[in-house]
Amino acid sequence: MTAVQERRAVAVATGVAAPPTARRRRPIALSVGAVLVGGWVLIAAFWPYLAPYDPQRQHPTLRFAAPSGAHWLGTDQFGRDTFSRMLAGARPVLEIAPLATGLALIAGTLIGLLAGTCGRWVDELIMRVLDAVLVFPAIIASILFVAMLGRSVTVLVLVIGLAFVPIVTRSVRAATLVERQQPYVEAALLRGEPLWSLMLREILPNISRTVLVEATSRLGDAIFAAATLSFIGLGQQPGSPDWGASVSDNRAYLQNAPWTVLSPALAIASLVIGVALVADSLRARLDAR
Amino acid sequence: MTRLLTRRLVAIPVTLLAVSVLVFLATEVLPGDVARTVLGREASDASVADLRRSLGLDDALPVRYAHWLGRFVHGDWGTSYTLKVPVRELVLGRLGNSLLLAAFAFLLLVPIALGLGLLAGLHHDKPTDRVISVVGLALGATPEFVTGVILLVVFAVQLKWFPASAQANPGAGLLVRLDHLVLPAVSLVLLCTGYVARHVRASTVAAVESPYVRAAELRGASRSQVVRRHVLRNSTVPATSALGVQAQFLIGGLVAVELLFNYPGVGALLLQSAVDKDLPTLQAAAVVLGLLYMLIMLLVDVTYRLLDPRLRREVHA
Repeated sequence: MTAVQERRAVAVATGVAAPPTARRRRPIALSVGAVLVGGWVLIAAFWPYLAPYDPQRQHPTLRFAAPSGAHWLGTDQFGRDTFSRMLAGARPVLEIAPLATGLALIAGTLIGLLAGTCGRWVDELIMRVLDAVLVFPAIIASILFVAMLGRSVTVLVLVIGLAFVPIVTRSVRAATLVERQQPYVEAALLRGEPLWSLMLREILPNISRTVLVEATSRLGDAIFAAATLSFIGLGQQPGSPDWGASVSDNRAYLQNAPWTVLSPALAIASLVIGVALVADSLRARLDAR
Repeated sequence: MTRLLTRRLVAIPVTLLAVSVLVFLATEVLPGDVARTVLGREASDASVADLRRSLGLDDALPVRYAHWLGRFVHGDWGTSYTLKVPVRELVLGRLGNSLLLAAFAFLLLVPIALGLGLLAGLHHDKPTDRVISVVGLALGATPEFVTGVILLVVFAVQLKWFPASAQANPGAGLLVRLDHLVLPAVSLVLLCTGYVARHVRASTVAAVESPYVRAAELRGASRSQVVRRHVLRNSTVPATSALGVQAQFLIGGLVAVELLFNYPGVGALLLQSAVDKDLPTLQAAAVVLGLLYMLIMLLVDVTYRLLDPRLRREVHA
């Protein structure tokens, strides 16, 4: 790989592709994003106290009730309260996505640090393997793995988390290669510091900004992936209030009861947009520094 | 250039082999008996055993894989377990549908994304730029099935501008088919526009602030001349790689969009055959989608180098 190719690949893979001009800070975007994300996190934690009805409670006489004072967002085909289901649906996605992101971050940071610090054949080997993994279409792999291993939170976390490891690895490696040129690394090498200490105690604290940006960006991607897998039927069991599954379950009633589809859809949109705003503001701030 | 081409052309069959092996292993580990699934719960054990034999399910795994591979490369893709039709016609027909949708989306994406990116870059840090950037960011973060659902409610249910189903009546002309594909294509375009526009914006800003543009301005060239001659090319060519990444997103996004709009494409087929454990169909769909994905990557890399002479030289050196 030539240097240009490599830089481009890294930029493309990380989605950072830093705009060369310092973007003006957007405190409004950061606050709006933080409020959206924080709100959903609180709802995911405390929905049993907030929901006006039991999200699974069926009400045969109240099927497809339009939004009203009693049911703010109407009811679905079983007469279940859409608003309560929307609140309860925040939990599955906010369990899976952060766990998957954590997995991708830990694995990707360690592998990236190793590749960047060791250099030479270790680096070459790791990057070749990652190239091979990246040409594999992620959606095909996810469908296969979930079909093979069955639907469970663990499987979803593994599938989504592992899919993002190469992306995290690439940006951490790129940042490590820059730090590698610094005098403090040379000093540590001369002192004879062991590899793990060099990686974790010397270099890691200096690339923490890269890791932070990766964390927020990958969290957004993980929510996206979890919602999509759930929508195509590979996430939660049918009937779960999970947002992706709810959109899928209710899309047949789009004509007559659009609120059953729009509520979970807008919930997903507000959460991912919130995360994207936070991620983008953080990236812009760190770039500007 | 040739080195890159050969490397890629070698990588494609290797990856496809890996895909097919993985699919084979996946279906092997899948719970449930294929023959039982095909025949239904009431079938007798004897007829299940017969079907197992005729499908060759009792052979060792490597033997079955070799058989499948030999037949596959000779064009015999087998018969679908569940739909009972030849897999090749099925998959290639569905692939045609998916390609129509993806190509339509891509043709919409290129001018929209380049135009918006250029507009944002030329007005950088002004309100136009901020609106384009934030809206692009928000849409790019939102899964395509979510934007698709919202588009359906607004434009198909409320306004009735476009049909809710992506599937036109059989025998419909291309224009009618495209009319049915507007909403699914737009939901894919909305997903991808922000990312591409962001790249175009960044390189436009770099071009606008460059010494050669300053020089052109000092020579007295008009604004439109400067943009046409000096900015346009330098800001759009680097976007090729972003377009390539998004073309792959498009292919990946097909699964959810085809499902949402009930469109008989290869993505929906892949998902259905995985759920049904329809091994021949799953194999063929996965290999065909994988091939498409990698051909796009190759095409993008080659185009990028053809458009940017600097990269061509660097590869030769």
